[in-house]
Amino acid sequence: MSAKSVTITSGKGGVGKTTATANLAVALASLNQKVVCIDSDIGLRNLDVVMGLENRIVYDLVDVIEGRCRLRQAMIRDKRMPELHLIPAAQTRDKSSVSPSDMVKLVDELRNEADWILIDSPAGIERGFRNAIAPADEVIVITNPEVSAVRDADRIIGLIEAEEKGPARLLINRLNPAMIKHGDMLSADDVLELLAIELLGIIPEDEAVLISTNRGTPVALDGKTHASQAFHNIARRMMGETVPLLEFDGRSDFLGRLSHLFKA
Amino acid sequence: MTTVFQRLTGKPKSASQAKDRLRLVLINDRSGLSSLELEEIKNEILQVIARHIDIDPAAVRINMTQDGREQRLIADIPIRTTHRRKLG
Repeated sequence: MSAKSVTITSGKGGVGKTTATANLAVALASLNQKVVCIDSDIGLRNLDVVMGLENRIVYDLVDVIEGRCRLRQAMIRDKRMPELHLIPAAQTRDKSSVSPSDMVKLVDELRNEADWILIDSPAGIERGFRNAIAPADEVIVITNPEVSAVRDADRIIGLIEAEEKGPARLLINRLNPAMIKHGDMLSADDVLELLAIELLGIIPEDEAVLISTNRGTPVALDGKTHASQAFHNIARRMMGETVPLLEFDGRSDFLGRLSHLFKA
Repeated sequence: MTTVFQRLTGKPKSASQAKDRLRLVLINDRSGLSSLELEEIKNEILQVIARHIDIDPAAVRINMTQDGREQRLIADIPIRTTHRRKLG
């Protein structure tokens, strides 16, 4: 096994980095891939609660780096998906307790343990961001169709290129087809034209994401919702498959709902 | 770009305003130049060229354009052809 390491980053906070990391991890694990997620947001950890694993933390990332435990001891195995693991961030430390070379060393040590290593980056362009992209084979930039998120995504794409980690691929999160139809939201094409990078996927705005986060069960664990389908398609694209984009226009949405009704 | 909606109401849709504003902001962010600095560069280029060739400053177009993720400063500077006419 030699894992591919992928960092999910955004520049702006609150656009869905942690949610995307958790759900792509679940979706990859459902394709029988062994996945290790690393929360690199030291001091502001959240991947544990989003994945519903917050009560099982004993050791964290900084414990491994400072030699208080072995790597395996800090890997929490998800009971719902035995192929899925989390290394949580430390909550009572700050970004300076880890260096980019610490991250490279840790990820290299993990490569023989998994197929995928997904690194959840903190917001911002400082030390935490540099720690998160240092060990990355690939970088995924996530944004929302919104001026501040697109602007920050552009900035982060430039920094990724400067660090020679590019070209990054793009996820557009929380797309609202009805608002796009009314001309009140940037479309995926608009965002792509502005940022000029390859599109990896689109995740529609979906209440199910918040509901599942409330429960600590990532939305991708239940395959029925639109957001879940989007995450599963993105995971298949990460595996190298060609998967067409979901249609999000009003009509297919209605048909989608109808077919769910009949299936239920 | 004006759509039918804009022609009817006179008010552009918010998405197209967002796109237009972002286009300009990204040009400034990527080049590290503000629109004022860009204006200064244009004026200096014009001064240098005008020292050697007869140009019409009003017809000059110097703009930052986007080509993929690459920024380009494109200058279109028409030259006055007065002396050629004199010869003819």
